[in-house]
Amino acid sequence: MPISEWFKAREDRRYTSLDPSAPKTDVPDGVWEKCPSCKHIVYAGDLEHTDGVCPHCGHHFELTAPERVGTLADEDSFAEMDADLISGDPLSFTAAKPYTVSVATARESSGLSEAIVTGRATLGGHPVVLGVMDFRFIGASMGSVVGEKVARAFEVALAERRAVIMVTASGGARMQEGMLSLMQMAKTAAAAERLASAALPYIVVLANNTYGGVTASFATLGDVVLAEPGAMVGFAGPRLVEQATKLSLPKGFQTAESLVEHGMVDAVVPRAELRETLTALLGYLTLGGAS
Amino acid sequence: MSKRRFVMEFERPLVELEEKLLELRRIDAAALTPELAMEIDTLAAEVDRLHASLYRDLGPWEKVQIARHPDRPKTQDYVDALFEDVIELHGDRAFGDDEAMFAGLGTIAGRKAVVLGHRKGKDIKENIRRNFGQVHPEGFRKARRAMALAGRFGLPVVSFLDTAGAFPGIEAEERGQAWAIAECLATLSDLPVPVVVVGIGEGGSGGALAIGFGDRLIMLENAYYSVISPEMCAVILHKDAAKAAEAAGCLSLTAADLARLDLADEVLPEPVGGAHRDPAQVIEAVGVAVGGALDALATTPADRLVAERYARLRRIGHVVGESGTTGT
Repeated sequence: MPISEWFKAREDRRYTSLDPSAPKTDVPDGVWEKCPSCKHIVYAGDLEHTDGVCPHCGHHFELTAPERVGTLADEDSFAEMDADLISGDPLSFTAAKPYTVSVATARESSGLSEAIVTGRATLGGHPVVLGVMDFRFIGASMGSVVGEKVARAFEVALAERRAVIMVTASGGARMQEGMLSLMQMAKTAAAAERLASAALPYIVVLANNTYGGVTASFATLGDVVLAEPGAMVGFAGPRLVEQATKLSLPKGFQTAESLVEHGMVDAVVPRAELRETLTALLGYLTLGGAS
Repeated sequence: MSKRRFVMEFERPLVELEEKLLELRRIDAAALTPELAMEIDTLAAEVDRLHASLYRDLGPWEKVQIARHPDRPKTQDYVDALFEDVIELHGDRAFGDDEAMFAGLGTIAGRKAVVLGHRKGKDIKENIRRNFGQVHPEGFRKARRAMALAGRFGLPVVSFLDTAGAFPGIEAEERGQAWAIAECLATLSDLPVPVVVVGIGEGGSGGALAIGFGDRLIMLENAYYSVISPEMCAVILHKDAAKAAEAAGCLSLTAADLARLDLADEVLPEPVGGAHRDPAQVIEAVGVAVGGALDALATTPADRLVAERYARLRRIGHVVGESGTTGT
């Protein structure tokens, strides 16, 4: 084919793409996902097989709490605790939209009662209490209920001599509950400290977007702190740091990989190896304390 | 007056009237017409009226401004006035010394103690050195070292809160700001000695909390303690920092709010207009309150102290549900 034909073929190909004006509703929501990293369009069915990892570039999509529990807990071992705990509105917080509306909307759209799911489970045969945060629920922010569920998770583990595994994702403390939210940081840290004093293991998996009051409390107090590839983790968000310092941020700032470099995280573990890694760690860490 | 008076936003109408009055009063007695004299009298009455009403029933946003007043007594003022034989301790033994955090040993009313506190400067020069009281990880790690020292040698901890928040900087993040705060929380939670916290000015979020909970929380009337700064809350809610006043009203951040939420044990009144109007009186009142709290806690055995502190934390929160406990 002469070169001119080749260009023509390219021209034709441009018209094979989807008409942007065509109604998008005939593609059911959630069937296709665009990878934010490599921009490939990924079939959601494929993502289910890879536990939310892009088959093209390895980008880790966020998992919902039920999906995450499915990837970690031994089959049929997970028994949820405290699912009936629900947020009230202690400050009658009404700026912009009422807090009660935010909570009701989050409950309806996520199908969860709050931003963390906790429960007893076994992981690779080890008895654990597993806690998983879900970013869809008001940015998985920590208010009274999240703090209470985390504290109870540690207390159950302490009473039953189980390990605690927390998979975190959070925008931070939930401002709609004001100081009651801030104090959940102290409450969860205190509960984690009691587990540590009893020499029971606590392992954290930092998932994408763990910030603020959650990072600055129970999420960084693990005996071992792991992170998912590409997860963004810090105290102050990157935009705030940029505004406060008027400096441009270094490449890879606050990524899991840079946190390992700076000595803040033990290892970056791809999702496909997470269960195996946690099982191996529990094998080491239960020797001294629990048996 | 050699130093220009710092005017808080809400004081401006009063200050403008005061200045106008001062100007009128400067008019030569010979040039004073009866009309002018009457105007002066009216204005003087208006100034008196406004002065009496302005500082009564201050709103949350006005209190935040008072808490940030540059002349408000600072951690250093309390340490100097209330503690004897003070020995400051420097450094986190890993990276450096953070001048935004005070840690040291001191004796208050005959009681030896470990003293902690956020440190703002008195002027720009000192504020730059102290990073405006915004602590880096090494500051929290120094505080934690001092807490551990208190625990080992049976010294109570007295902590003064006055920070806009932990510093949101690149290096602070790289050195583990969140980790440093979390470690302080864990250490404070089971420290086997009495911990008395005083909110003297700003209580900004996690940076305040790192040295900001214990067995007693004493708040000055116009001090605040908040999960997020009113400005940042306004940006998140309305994309507009100018709506900070409204946000301050939503956050329940005043000393009175904290008492209502059962978080503060004691609220100490301030002179009309704020602590900067009569620092000596406020510092003395804080000394009496801290002494009283230390006396009350001195006889509690260490294990009961730790158990009660944990129970105190466990009660905090508002949870609805069958297995939940309804309350604040």
